[in-house]
Amino acid sequence: MLGLNKKDTSLLMFVVALSLFAPIILNIFPKDSGFAFFNGGYPDLMQRFAIFGIFAIGFNILFGLTGYLSFGHAAFLGVGSYAAVWMFKLLNYNILPALILSVVVAGLVSVVIGWISLRRSGIYFSILTLAFAQMMYAIAYSDLFGRWMGITLTNGETGLQIYNNDPQILLGNGPTSPHLFGLEMGARKVLSIGPWEFVFPVGYYLCAILLILSFYLSIRIFRSPFGLMLRAIKSNQTRMSYTGLNSKPYTLAAFVISGMYAGLAGGLLAAMDPLAGAERMYWTESGAVVIMTILGGVGTLIGPILGAGTIKYMENIISKMNEKLLHDWFSFLPESLEYAMVWLASWFTGEGWHMTQGVLFMLVIIFLPGGLVQGGQKLASRFRRNKADDTATNATPAE
Amino acid sequence: MDVILPQILNGLDKGSAYALIALGLTLIFGTLGVVNFAHGALFMIGAFCSVSLSRILNLSYVTEDPTQTDFLGKPLKVETPYLEAWFGPEFGGALIDWSVPLAILFSIPIMILVGLVMERGLIKHFYKRPHADQILVTFGLAIILQELVRGIYGANPIQTPAPDMFRGSIDFGAMLGFDPNVIIYPYWRMIYFFFSAVVIGGVFAFLQFTTFGMVVRAGMADRETVGLLGINIDRRFTIMFAIAAVVAGWAGVMYAPINAPNYHMGMDFLVLSFVVVVVGGMGSLPGAVAAGFLLGILESFASMTAVKEILDGIDQIIIYLVAIIILLTRPRGLMGKKGVMED
Repeated sequence: MLGLNKKDTSLLMFVVALSLFAPIILNIFPKDSGFAFFNGGYPDLMQRFAIFGIFAIGFNILFGLTGYLSFGHAAFLGVGSYAAVWMFKLLNYNILPALILSVVVAGLVSVVIGWISLRRSGIYFSILTLAFAQMMYAIAYSDLFGRWMGITLTNGETGLQIYNNDPQILLGNGPTSPHLFGLEMGARKVLSIGPWEFVFPVGYYLCAILLILSFYLSIRIFRSPFGLMLRAIKSNQTRMSYTGLNSKPYTLAAFVISGMYAGLAGGLLAAMDPLAGAERMYWTESGAVVIMTILGGVGTLIGPILGAGTIKYMENIISKMNEKLLHDWFSFLPESLEYAMVWLASWFTGEGWHMTQGVLFMLVIIFLPGGLVQGGQKLASRFRRNKADDTATNATPAE
Repeated sequence: MDVILPQILNGLDKGSAYALIALGLTLIFGTLGVVNFAHGALFMIGAFCSVSLSRILNLSYVTEDPTQTDFLGKPLKVETPYLEAWFGPEFGGALIDWSVPLAILFSIPIMILVGLVMERGLIKHFYKRPHADQILVTFGLAIILQELVRGIYGANPIQTPAPDMFRGSIDFGAMLGFDPNVIIYPYWRMIYFFFSAVVIGGVFAFLQFTTFGMVVRAGMADRETVGLLGINIDRRFTIMFAIAAVVAGWAGVMYAPINAPNYHMGMDFLVLSFVVVVVGGMGSLPGAVAAGFLLGILESFASMTAVKEILDGIDQIIIYLVAIIILLTRPRGLMGKKGVMED
């Protein structure tokens, strides 16, 4: 279907089902039950799942296929956000021109950065992209370009926002929050079934549709001759150049495509909340997308989506846990033990979310370099082998 | 001259920090072939060694002085550090005052321990893994170390003063025959520069003039052959890792009075130090040191008012710009050798 083979079609269908039913899957616990805390089905979070899913899918096209580890992808995300907010400021709150501009601008920036950075490979490439991203962060944080031109371009540390005296030439009587031809992003439908409550937000579904489209595009790229070429570059670039192939256009194309994905994600972040700040471009944010991709599984199709979802879910749930909640949970223990457990857990929860992130990250790299996808495959194959072993032993009994 | 000299002086202290961190990074990279993103965290741990020692030395007990009263009319509570009680106010007070220089000694065992645990416990298993994996696992480690420090010391910067006698500034210009008060330079920054020069010189001398250093240099050139000669090169490289950790730690210990340590100072320095290493040429020790000072001084020149009038804010991006230009014109960096990290 759609030019995909059977396996890929079922993968695509899986993602479609996952994203369409996410509001139900993520709100699996009834509203008043003790587990409601673990529900992830509120609009903001779901939207972030989809947006960072797109970001990670794009990153995976570069890192997963060509093996070039960029440590500066957050720069494109930030550029996309700024471009989108500028469109809101100049035209109106319609997200379509905003998203188009953010993709285009991120694409242009990534052509420049990619063209320079891709002259080197390996660790040099990582550090070059890191240096570029930090430079863009510094430029955005103190609005250097704006100051040189005598205008406000990024609005420095305050972040770019929309003010009442902005031109917004197409605004008229239209909505005053981001919308798609009148369909407001913030709108939602709430469905209550017994004790359950499901929220179906417009903004999320828009992001989900874009996520599905991005995913479909990434499957096509993975299966195309172009994708094959990228893999060849990853496995042996020297040999590729000995056969007379100039690998630069291919890697540059991959870099720009992933930069445009990041720009789209940045534009969607601005569409969710129409402001853009420099902290989105800080290099630890670039590290975060690397974490998501690796956690899910580098070079796999579904991995980045899983990784982005897992990280964003954990970030949200874990940083919500406070001491009071922990005391409630450990109240079944004797008092001294309870306090010890809460003390231990508070290192990893609430503000300590970054600690959990670091630990998780190290564990994945050390024990599961292929990420969740590899973990799933390992489990499945063990399960299957056990079954096979069982039949084998049945057929030939022990001596 | 009286415009240029202050900028060079200002650049020296930051340049010294870059050079010390970059030196350690290059040592680790040249010996073990590992890209260590946790090196900034070692710098930060060093700075917090200063903080810890000054806290330990300041441990006090409280006595009530009946002759004086506080504003509520109760007897005044006087805090006396134990050290002053044990060694007398003069010597004890001096010990407390000198806590930062003393932390140089205090940090040695801590940094060696941290370095050995890190190398034996984690990095050893990553020799054969791709560089991307090394970057990512040490990045994770850096996050953990940073969060540990935040958990213990809190998120705010902690002022750690230098000894009293180094608190003022030196009128450097008057010494060279300029008008007084034109070129003044804080004592501590000057000490920081000399300290780092001594450390850098020490590391080079150690590598150049000792048998151990010779074996390490041989191992950097061709690890396999040295191993075949029956030398336990792994153990020596591990020791070099510990030395690199101590160098990074010392950079942090002495930096504490210049900039109040906070938990993310390591991450802030790390990116710039990597840029320094790449500009100097991966695997080249003199390159790392030269590039450290060069970029530090360039940064301070870019923050001159005369430059700022032409291009406002250029000081914040100058290092990255220079790095990009150097990498494009000299792809191996200033002093990079052929064949290092070329794959």
